[in-house]
Amino acid sequence: MATGTLVDVVMPQMGVSVSEGTITKWIKSEGEAVEADETLLEISTDKVDTEVPSPASGVVQQILVPEGETVEVGTKLAVIAPEGAAAPAPAETPAEPVAEEAPEPATQEAAAESAAAAGPEGETPTAATVETPAPPAVSTPDGQEDGARFVSPVVARIAAEHGVDVAQVPGTGRGGRVTKKDILGFIESGAAAAPAAPEAPVAPDAPAAAPAPAAAPAPAPAPAPAPSPAPAEAQAGETLEAMSAMRRGIAEHMRRSLDTSAHVTSAIEVDMSKVAALRQKLKKEYQAAYGVNPTYLAFVARAAVETLKDYPWINGELRGDSIVTRNFVNLGFAVELADGKGLIVPVIKNAETLNLLGIAKAIADIAARARDKKLLPEDVQGGTFTITNPGGYGTFHGTPVISQPQAGILGTYAVVKRPWVVQDEMGEDVIAIRSIMNLTLTYDHRLVDGALAGRFLRDLRERLQTWGESDY
Amino acid sequence: MAEKTYLQAISDGLRQEMRRDKRVFVIGEDVGVYGGAFKVTQGFQEEFGPWRVIDAPLAETAIVGGCTGAALMGMRPVAEMQFADFVSCAWDHLVTVAAKQRFRAGTPVPIVVRCPSGGGFSGGPFHSQNPESSFAHIPGLRIVCPATPEDAKGLLVSAIEDPNPVLYFEHKHLYRRIKANVPDERYTIPFGEARVHRDGEDLTVVTWGAMVYTATEAAEKVAEEDGISTEILDLRTIVPWDRDAVLASVEKTSKVLVLHEDTHTGGFGGEIAATIAEEAFEHLDAPVRRITAPDTPVPFAPALEKTFLPQVDDVVAGLRELAAY
Repeated sequence: MATGTLVDVVMPQMGVSVSEGTITKWIKSEGEAVEADETLLEISTDKVDTEVPSPASGVVQQILVPEGETVEVGTKLAVIAPEGAAAPAPAETPAEPVAEEAPEPATQEAAAESAAAAGPEGETPTAATVETPAPPAVSTPDGQEDGARFVSPVVARIAAEHGVDVAQVPGTGRGGRVTKKDILGFIESGAAAAPAAPEAPVAPDAPAAAPAPAAAPAPAPAPAPAPSPAPAEAQAGETLEAMSAMRRGIAEHMRRSLDTSAHVTSAIEVDMSKVAALRQKLKKEYQAAYGVNPTYLAFVARAAVETLKDYPWINGELRGDSIVTRNFVNLGFAVELADGKGLIVPVIKNAETLNLLGIAKAIADIAARARDKKLLPEDVQGGTFTITNPGGYGTFHGTPVISQPQAGILGTYAVVKRPWVVQDEMGEDVIAIRSIMNLTLTYDHRLVDGALAGRFLRDLRERLQTWGESDY
Repeated sequence: MAEKTYLQAISDGLRQEMRRDKRVFVIGEDVGVYGGAFKVTQGFQEEFGPWRVIDAPLAETAIVGGCTGAALMGMRPVAEMQFADFVSCAWDHLVTVAAKQRFRAGTPVPIVVRCPSGGGFSGGPFHSQNPESSFAHIPGLRIVCPATPEDAKGLLVSAIEDPNPVLYFEHKHLYRRIKANVPDERYTIPFGEARVHRDGEDLTVVTWGAMVYTATEAAEKVAEEDGISTEILDLRTIVPWDRDAVLASVEKTSKVLVLHEDTHTGGFGGEIAATIAEEAFEHLDAPVRRITAPDTPVPFAPALEKTFLPQVDDVVAGLRELAAY
């Protein structure tokens, strides 16, 4: 960084299809010293929330875009005046604490974290051809990935001029990089003429694997990118607040999901006594040995993944006229952000390979990174099934919205002690105090019928009520 | 139009100018009686006499200093450095006096300093260098590096006409090796206009001097073996250099290799690469690549010299790497 040359801070590109971002918070103010790579501001896009590091050490000379405003990628946000002397590092501003923590003691509270959605990647369609893995997203925040992710200046310019999503272009350069010839050939072939299928916003429940070329024929007609409502006017007593990019993404995705899937919800009551006892036993061990909390959510997730193996359609997807099933489970979890003003669905890839400890660790990791705004675009893509946990506040039932293009979403609710009819050793009915949790499965009735959903819930309950330590 | 060697083209151009303009004279070590170390001025003294073809003492300072004074008095001197390497002795007169005179006092200094340059024949560290980039850094000087007989003649005539001090680097390895048709009549080739030596679509090589031929051989090889189409731009003059032509070619191919025989650090290729980065960043599809001699004096031993000078295979490898990027 040349001393004395002003350095611009611009809205970064957070994933190929992201065109704009909202300034959620300026960590530094004008006149304040900042070090290179120190967090300068926080932004929100329809994909992820993240921190933007300062590109240079110096003093924030000017802030050009205020908090709450949404601007296009590349817009100049601030100017840093570099200084030879390193400014004293101001204490790291803690990221806004947000999503609910795993409710510790389980009694009144519910399961654990929070949950919700994600998208596909490498699945086995029952009908159609074998799916090619979706091409990787192009730009990454640090731009230091393999060749396939690197976009050269000329390719970036051509892509921008023709509105081409570089991720859709087959690359022949080093490491699969898209060369100038590749993108020009792609444009010439007319492949780009069909508007690149807009990646589904990942925000609320959102999956975003770009439709694989093979299965591409029917990309849903692009919903107007940003529904531009008539400019709102505040009535007496009302206040207006600009919608964040993430909020818009959530709104679009929720609406689209309800317009797409035939939502039906079934519920089941699960006696969590055995899980509660097991959890009590494992908690100390896990925390001492691994620093991780075996939450109710982790137990439910582990049992759900196992149950999904027997119900591939619930872990599947309708794609055109084909039914896609998979030999893996990418499990999305809805995480609340920004005090209820946002939601993100990080995905645990290949959850079928994880035992209880692995799942507990993975949940803790993605939840922490979601709250710290350290998620990468890849972290919120590729989910095949989602768990959401609105029970953290004591709710016992809900009807979550499916994360497109998945087929189901599992809701977990408060674990509550209830009088419960059980059999004693003599086989007599008695009333006992048991930790009961409701589970809901909201499924797409286009693919999943009520009986199938009922059997899934029954089997899941069976596992949760009978599994011993070794089963997890 | 007749076929001439690169050396004959220089000689003919110089002779024509001396015949048509009495202000033009030649001075240098052994240029008179002996006809020059490389025989560029053979027969000149017989034709033009010892006052226009002057044998100078072994003193490049005196030669360039004398030329500068004569130019200020209205003459058009053409000095010969026996080897380009020796021009460093005349550095002060070229850089401090000749290059700055016009800006300082408004009086032009129309001198030409012919500098037989380049390696390829085991001349060692004092008889093989290509010091064009050292002088390219000095505002006020013009730097000419012809690659073909036709350019050698036309650019020499332009150099003599030019009101500024001109360093005319004639590559020794091309002297008798390169032959081509050269117009008999007088003509000039303007400074700052690159020549497309070879048309191509996939890659651009920017070069000058003897490396034009190295690049051509390499381009033919990759065209034949890999189907890669390479454009070769011969800059012809380094100061001024044809930025527009280079940028246009970058726009076309998006992948550039800069090739020169001079050493790497501070070589003129760096200036070209930097300009491309500044002016044509959004047209690049690969990093600009440089192939140059390494940062060391030119070695005597033939095997070492071969390693030192960029070879066809080096350029082939560079082109393939760029094409694959």
